[in-house]
Amino acid sequence: MRHLLSTEDLSLHNAKRILDTAEEMAAVGEREVKKLPALRGRTVVNLFFEDSTRTRISFEAAAKRLSADVINFAAKGSSVSKGESLKDTAQTLAAMGADAVVIRHWASGAPHRLAATDWIDAAVINAGDGTHEHPTQALLDAFTMRRHWAKLGGLASTGGDLKGMRVAIAGDVLHSRVARSNVWLLRTLGAQVTLVAPPTLLPIGVEQWPCSVSYDLDETLEKGVDAVMMLRVQGERMNASFFPSTREYSRRWGFDDNRLRTLDRIGLKDTIIMHPGPMNRGLEISAAAADSHRSTVLSQVRNGVSVRMAALYLLLSGETREPAHNLSKESN
Amino acid sequence: MANNNGAYLIRGAAILDGAKEDLLIQDGFIVDRGVNINADGATVIEGEGLVALPGMVDVHTHLREPGREDAETVETGTRAAALGGFTAVHAMANSTPVADTAGVVEQVHSLGQTAGWVDVRPVGAVTVGLAGQQLAELGAMADSRAQVRMFSDDGLCVHDPVLMRRALEYVKAFDGVVAQHAQEPRLTEGAQMNEGDVSAVLGLAGWPAVAEESIIARDVLLTQHVGSRLHVCHVSTAGSVEIIRWAKARGINVTAEVTPHHLLLTDELVRSYDPVYKVNPPLRTDADVQALRAALADGTIDVVGTDHAPHPSEHKECEWAQAAMGMTGLETALSVVQQTMIETGLMSWSDFARVTSAAPAVIGRLADQGRPLETGEPANIILVDPAARWTVDPSTMATMGRNSPFAGRELPGKVVATFFKGHPTVLEGKLNTPYRNTAAVQQAVPAAGPVSGL
Repeated sequence: MRHLLSTEDLSLHNAKRILDTAEEMAAVGEREVKKLPALRGRTVVNLFFEDSTRTRISFEAAAKRLSADVINFAAKGSSVSKGESLKDTAQTLAAMGADAVVIRHWASGAPHRLAATDWIDAAVINAGDGTHEHPTQALLDAFTMRRHWAKLGGLASTGGDLKGMRVAIAGDVLHSRVARSNVWLLRTLGAQVTLVAPPTLLPIGVEQWPCSVSYDLDETLEKGVDAVMMLRVQGERMNASFFPSTREYSRRWGFDDNRLRTLDRIGLKDTIIMHPGPMNRGLEISAAAADSHRSTVLSQVRNGVSVRMAALYLLLSGETREPAHNLSKESN
Repeated sequence: MANNNGAYLIRGAAILDGAKEDLLIQDGFIVDRGVNINADGATVIEGEGLVALPGMVDVHTHLREPGREDAETVETGTRAAALGGFTAVHAMANSTPVADTAGVVEQVHSLGQTAGWVDVRPVGAVTVGLAGQQLAELGAMADSRAQVRMFSDDGLCVHDPVLMRRALEYVKAFDGVVAQHAQEPRLTEGAQMNEGDVSAVLGLAGWPAVAEESIIARDVLLTQHVGSRLHVCHVSTAGSVEIIRWAKARGINVTAEVTPHHLLLTDELVRSYDPVYKVNPPLRTDADVQALRAALADGTIDVVGTDHAPHPSEHKECEWAQAAMGMTGLETALSVVQQTMIETGLMSWSDFARVTSAAPAVIGRLADQGRPLETGEPANIILVDPAARWTVDPSTMATMGRNSPFAGRELPGKVVATFFKGHPTVLEGKLNTPYRNTAAVQQAVPAAGPVSGL
């Protein structure tokens, strides 16, 4: 692996390699001394063009547990007109000797630009780019789902996949990098995905994606589902006529108390409720659902550190580094 | 190369699709055409293996001057034009200041004459400052020394239907044409690329085909209603082609243009996130490309316009969303049209001359351009080596823009020589010398050109 830019071109082999390594990293997190010397002397830069405290501190914790030096670089609003360009920022980081750049950017494709140009020779990890992808979020979601799925099947999580698991992803798919990364990765791991959203919040072209699409959350739940992932919805979308009001959105597409009861009523006792955070309680998810025993919200946060440790470790530990084409060209 | 009397004899070039003949050029005109012309004192240009075509006329060029001389100047842009086989270009109005007054269009016109590489025909803005609020002084620009006949807010759409109606009506007073950049602004707020399967995956805001098609549909109906003349810039979708075909069948006076890049490239290239592929209108799908080729071949689309849009490198070496829209095109247009239209069997060289020279000259009302290669006609001629193959290297181009989407591609066809008003601006594929005006030369007349019905 050279970079981690998207899950669309992440092979099954590499996806499992990251998830299995994350299991090892999780074990480290349970030790008294939560630290490995693996990346001692290596420098990881968190380059954030968009505020995201939780993703940044997750990467920071991951890098520090691997003994890397961490530099946090908040570069908000960078544009040709406003300040330093991405190119100049990247070259600056290269000159400082960054070994890995964890980049969060409001522009789709910005991590691809860093990886494809000669501006910097560091490993690039996409920590969320615009409305494109958020691969480590999808990996931590898959890690969480795989542990759950393996436990139900009485198997070890390591080495497993998600074959047969039914996953519903509900909310603002159009603007969601989390949804995109999840669709590709869950496909690769063998899960059956249904996207649930108002038609206005689904992209034109979604019919080509390897998943089902529904406008009806209740119908999707009734058909049976093993995990329900609620996506964050921005109330401001109402102003651009994506939906008439937040109340109507909640009634039709929010995971409310009625739908929580539905899971019990139809006997889906093992179905988990996921959310990438931060949650809008009362909008896309009710407080009761968020705090129920089904909720994996905090496990997801915990698993995020393990998955990001795995990604950093595999990208930066010398003996396993391999060219990027090996990462994307391997068959699934 | 002896040149005793200023005459040039092109010997044995194929005249369009016809037989090999000689062309004798003197004092700005073709003075003889035939076999084995004997012309003592004339400089002989060997035409063996070459095709002689009328000089190309671009209806859509961004020369950037005045205001963005870091991107292009009239001098560099027209050098690129001459090398690309053009003898006339229409300079779009979105300069700084905007070409919305007689003063600015006369300045651009004068810069073109000083450069001497091609005819530079300024396009006037439709609205003051391209702001879409109030008509610019179209009549003053038409009456100026630049004799503007084409008006466009290109880069921006004249989206207000009342303003568009008024513009179409007003230009009838001086045989003008409104060249519309068809882009419904509300449907394309923040749009980054064609809306479809690829934009869904890339998470880039979509630019729906309907944003172009709805404006074209409205405008052809307005044109019919007020009995005026409409030109549709850079048509990019299959649906637009259908609407224009329908309008022409109803006798509406509409002409349409397609760019070379929309004849070859698709939105699949955007998967690289390389902003060299960012352009307005955006690259579309292969189905659109095929529809555009068919429409150019059957005459639904009248002309090829380059939409040559040079940008400084820093406007492309950045994130996709930050990058400027536009591609260079003057020095690759002939090759791309040869590859997509001639080598595919869709067109002959005569068709090529129609869509790159005769029809654009009529749309722009350029009496001395786009003429047949006959005795007595103005000597705006290019010689093309159709067998040549070359690899596009933007760093060697005459344009200041390095933003060619064809970089690294091997393309067919090479311009060997360009004659502008009888003077070779390009010889042996290299810039020669600019044309120097020795007498007042009338460059355009308001009357309709010889190809009627456009």
